[in-house]
Amino acid sequence: MAGLARFFGGRLIKAVAILFAIVVMNFLLVHAAPGDPATVMAGEAGAGDAQFVAQLREQFGLDRPLVVQLGTYIGHVSTGDLGFSYRQQKPVWELLVQRLPATLVLTASAFALALVLGIGLGTLAAVHAGTLRDGAITVLALLAYATPIYWIGLMLILLFSVRLGWLPAFGYETVGAGLTGIAHLADIAKHMVLPVATLGLFYMAVYARLTRASIQEVRDMDFVKTARAKGLRESTVVFRHILRNAILPVITVAGVQAGQLIGGSILIETVFAWPGIGRLAFEAVLQRDYQVLLGIFFISSVMVIVFNIVTDLIYSLIDPRIDLAS
Amino acid sequence: MRSKTFWQAYARNKAARFGLVIMILVVVLGLFAGVLFPASPWDMVNAPFLPPLSDGALLGTDTLGRDIAAGIAYGARVSLLIGMTSTAVAVVVGVTLGALAGFFGGWVDDALMRFTELFQTIPNFVLTVVLVAIFTPSQRSIISAIAIVSWPPLARLARAEFMSLRSREFVQAAMTTGQSNMAIIFREILPNSLSPLIVSASLMVATAVLLESSLSFLGLGDPNAMSWGYMIGSARTVIRQAWWMSFFPGLAILLTVLALNLIGEGLNDALNPRLSRQGKA
Amino acid sequence: MAAISVAEPPPPLLDVRGLSIALPDGADRPFAVDNLSFTLNPDEILCVVGESGSGKSMTAHAVMGLLPPSVRLAAGGLFFRDTNVLTQPEAKRRELRGGRIAMIFQEPMTALNPLMRVGEQVEESLRAHTPLDRAGRRARVQELFAQVGLPNPAELVRSYPFRLSGGQRQRVMIALALACEPDLLIADEPTTALDVTTQKQILDLIRRIQAERHMGVMFITHDFGVVAEIAHRVAVMQNGKMVEIGTAAEVLNRPRHPYTRQLIAAVPHTMGQRAAFARVGEPLLRAEGINKIFRVGGGLFRKAKEVVAGHEIALTIHAGETVGLVGESGSGKSTLGRSIVGLMKPDNGHIFFRGTDLMTLAPRDFRPFRREIQMVFQDPYASLNPRRTVGDIIAQGPVAFGESPSVARAKAEELLGLVGLDGNAAGRYPHEFSGGQRQRISIARALAMGPSLLIADEPVSALDVSVQAQVLGLLDDIRRRFNLSMLFITHDLRIASRVCDTIAVMRRGVIVETGPADRVFGDPRHAYTRALLDAIPGRGWHVPAELAQCPAELAQ
Repeated sequence: MAGLARFFGGRLIKAVAILFAIVVMNFLLVHAAPGDPATVMAGEAGAGDAQFVAQLREQFGLDRPLVVQLGTYIGHVSTGDLGFSYRQQKPVWELLVQRLPATLVLTASAFALALVLGIGLGTLAAVHAGTLRDGAITVLALLAYATPIYWIGLMLILLFSVRLGWLPAFGYETVGAGLTGIAHLADIAKHMVLPVATLGLFYMAVYARLTRASIQEVRDMDFVKTARAKGLRESTVVFRHILRNAILPVITVAGVQAGQLIGGSILIETVFAWPGIGRLAFEAVLQRDYQVLLGIFFISSVMVIVFNIVTDLIYSLIDPRIDLAS
Repeated sequence: MRSKTFWQAYARNKAARFGLVIMILVVVLGLFAGVLFPASPWDMVNAPFLPPLSDGALLGTDTLGRDIAAGIAYGARVSLLIGMTSTAVAVVVGVTLGALAGFFGGWVDDALMRFTELFQTIPNFVLTVVLVAIFTPSQRSIISAIAIVSWPPLARLARAEFMSLRSREFVQAAMTTGQSNMAIIFREILPNSLSPLIVSASLMVATAVLLESSLSFLGLGDPNAMSWGYMIGSARTVIRQAWWMSFFPGLAILLTVLALNLIGEGLNDALNPRLSRQGKA
Repeated sequence: MAAISVAEPPPPLLDVRGLSIALPDGADRPFAVDNLSFTLNPDEILCVVGESGSGKSMTAHAVMGLLPPSVRLAAGGLFFRDTNVLTQPEAKRRELRGGRIAMIFQEPMTALNPLMRVGEQVEESLRAHTPLDRAGRRARVQELFAQVGLPNPAELVRSYPFRLSGGQRQRVMIALALACEPDLLIADEPTTALDVTTQKQILDLIRRIQAERHMGVMFITHDFGVVAEIAHRVAVMQNGKMVEIGTAAEVLNRPRHPYTRQLIAAVPHTMGQRAAFARVGEPLLRAEGINKIFRVGGGLFRKAKEVVAGHEIALTIHAGETVGLVGESGSGKSTLGRSIVGLMKPDNGHIFFRGTDLMTLAPRDFRPFRREIQMVFQDPYASLNPRRTVGDIIAQGPVAFGESPSVARAKAEELLGLVGLDGNAAGRYPHEFSGGQRQRISIARALAMGPSLLIADEPVSALDVSVQAQVLGLLDDIRRRFNLSMLFITHDLRIASRVCDTIAVMRRGVIVETGPADRVFGDPRHAYTRALLDAIPGRGWHVPAELAQCPAELAQ
């Protein structure tokens, strides 16, 4: 347990360092942007309100030296004050907390789906390398890899909502249906199918390609020959020996790409009107509401760090060489 | 002799040949957009909401009566230009940083890798959106933003290559025979690390094209240039009535990105023949 | 084939008849194994000897049914206890594999699944071939681990491979192979990747277990020392064909086939026959108090493991002297050589070269000494830039020191001739040359600088024996011709005895014994030196006098 605590301690320090860098980056962005920092922070809507701008100027000490301003800014952020959205008349933090659960549900499901399906399909392709099945999976992965996810989303809406009418296209739940309990959950699940599938599809393709390549590499390794020399069944060789080793690089990449997955949710939430922070980001872009945008940047970085720690944990469960205890 | 065997190896990959053909078509389309469609793609040339195969609008028109085919042709320019330029910038930045880290090691490596790690942790699409939104959408801000989020994988690759080559005996031999660091980097290491760098750069163009289209889908494209992502974005709300407005530009992106990926794989086969090599007795 | 019916008990355990294995199109020859026939009896060790590419390993894999998919069985039969295994269905073959026929491999570091506990890996084989229950398997694994001499079996079974040393892993592999009491054990160069002292232990273990269980063992090796140590019978292979087979005594002492004779003549054998070297005057190089500690792993929250690569190392080299620095892997023997050429910086100490302390020099001031001190590297495939011509590679040094390219190029061609290559080699690329030829190019590159001291770091350990002998001959010749001093770093005492005037024995970063080669080999004073000498395979065997007399080249 001490090892686990130390592992988390180490990761926490790293996470804080990264977040600190991101806060500094946010600060610099505000100052590097064209125009006066106060009007940038106020956003398009707030810039017209002279009183609001003046208040911002005072609050962030914008007439003071840059270093002092940075200190003030960090002070605000560390107390959870990510600014105020003039447009929505709410603190940014409140907006984010409100929207976060929807995004977490979306990205986590898509991530899990992509990993499970990707590794499964990649394995299937590698085991049947050179056959029709391999070819089909490879082509599918290649196509999914090359298609913009927002377009896939639109096409799925076209097919499953507009043409077939099987699944709802927009939102998080059926508005005004007043469903409760199981029926409510089922309704949400139905709304989740298309966005999760769309977001997951691209990463599924990535993981499938990777798994296939990784298996083909591991397959030639000495210890696989040892396993065969033991007279094991081919299925045992594949699952116990090849696959476990081949998955490691896939998990590494999955961890690295967690950030992109979260970025992708901006597009998916826009397409499916999913009420998460991605949708909020799109609204903020339209409204030039920079405080909100920078807040989203911050919170999504936190999410990436959490995803990274999770993948590190999964990795350490599979690979004994990464010893949490020492 | 070298280039001949290179083309032979490349052409052995059927999919890579297909990718190259598509790519050439896209380039030609972009280059001759002005000839094929003399009118501006922003002009209302026909009635709005014309379905494909209508008279004078092969792929139909959009909500404002603009020709979709013309938009696709002009959009090819934007996609390729931004894809290539931002990749070029990312390659220069990434390879330089990675090479420095890998060659000098020690604290230089530590510092540069922490920096790279930071950029890899940041959700890169969110950062592009923030950058372009704050610096207002323009060709320059889009290219810079894409380059800023794209260089880290190249830096890591270049670092790994430089590190492993640096400890190779032929590089050490060059050191013991008194070669300068510059000569070692440019004559010994770089030529031997070029193949994987070229392959990932070609794949990175594909990613950049996707990124650009995603930005313009969100309304963060260059407001002066018609682009594929913008066309889909503005047709999004009428998907129920007019599928073609988003379908064809999406297909254009799909084919272009697919072609770039196939080319990348073909280059990989041709430049890194490791996988195709047969075991010896 | 009629030989089977002749009453001659016991029948062979393994009977290979006319086996041919086809290589894919475009390989350097059509067959990896060409019409090969031999038998292996129960209760004997048959050594199959050959250089790389001789097809010996391919034969072993064919017996196991583990041929790579790129090759094809073209003809012949493999009879195990009178059943042709090649015609058996896969299920039957799987029963044999690991059950009746077991195999151990060359690379213990990569032969075990890194993600599985070693005990579990052995248990897997028991589960596949025996009816033992879980407890029975566990007990059996511990028993096996004890038998192969692994320390503390009860605990070790739960270890992951990365915690074990190379020797321990090879013992695990042997335990794994023995798990189901096989009748036939195939050992594919099982000691080649190990240090000499570990090699001795593993050879002893295999010999002991073979004697106890009366197994048949097919032992594949390239090393005649190992053959002398372990073989009952010997088969010699060349280019996929068997050229000679006979009892160990016959083949080792009265080899008939020219290829066998050539191989045996190439075995380093001039133990202590070198004229004594007289050290006169000031040493060319004097190293003092060199310390170097490597920190492996470690990070912000982990303490790094410390490996001592050098502790108070002191060494002198006189003009014209060849000093052999001998040690096992990880002993730190390369550290000193690399420090002298400036590829590495020791933590502290002095390296005086003609009176100047190289350690105190700034890179710019060190530069002139680069001409004086040159290095020949270990791996001929990694030491030449694949993208530059041989001429460029050799001329680059002198050019960097201001020589005109045309002069440097002409000199390069001359040097190529000197090291036994054609002058037109200068225009070709490294991949067009064999390992031995590449090592000659490396030597030419070093000579182009006109050095007075040559650091040779395991210069022949990546080469086949016959090529080894030639390259050693070249080094010796060049050393004499240019009156070069040489620091010869090697793990192989036999090779050191052949080319060195003085020997320094190194262990865990410390030089435990230094002295004239004759004295160190004839009268070793340190226990470790004695252990090393004792571990040299085939100590009891001497290369037949007729072959020992002539250099390897002439024995062909």
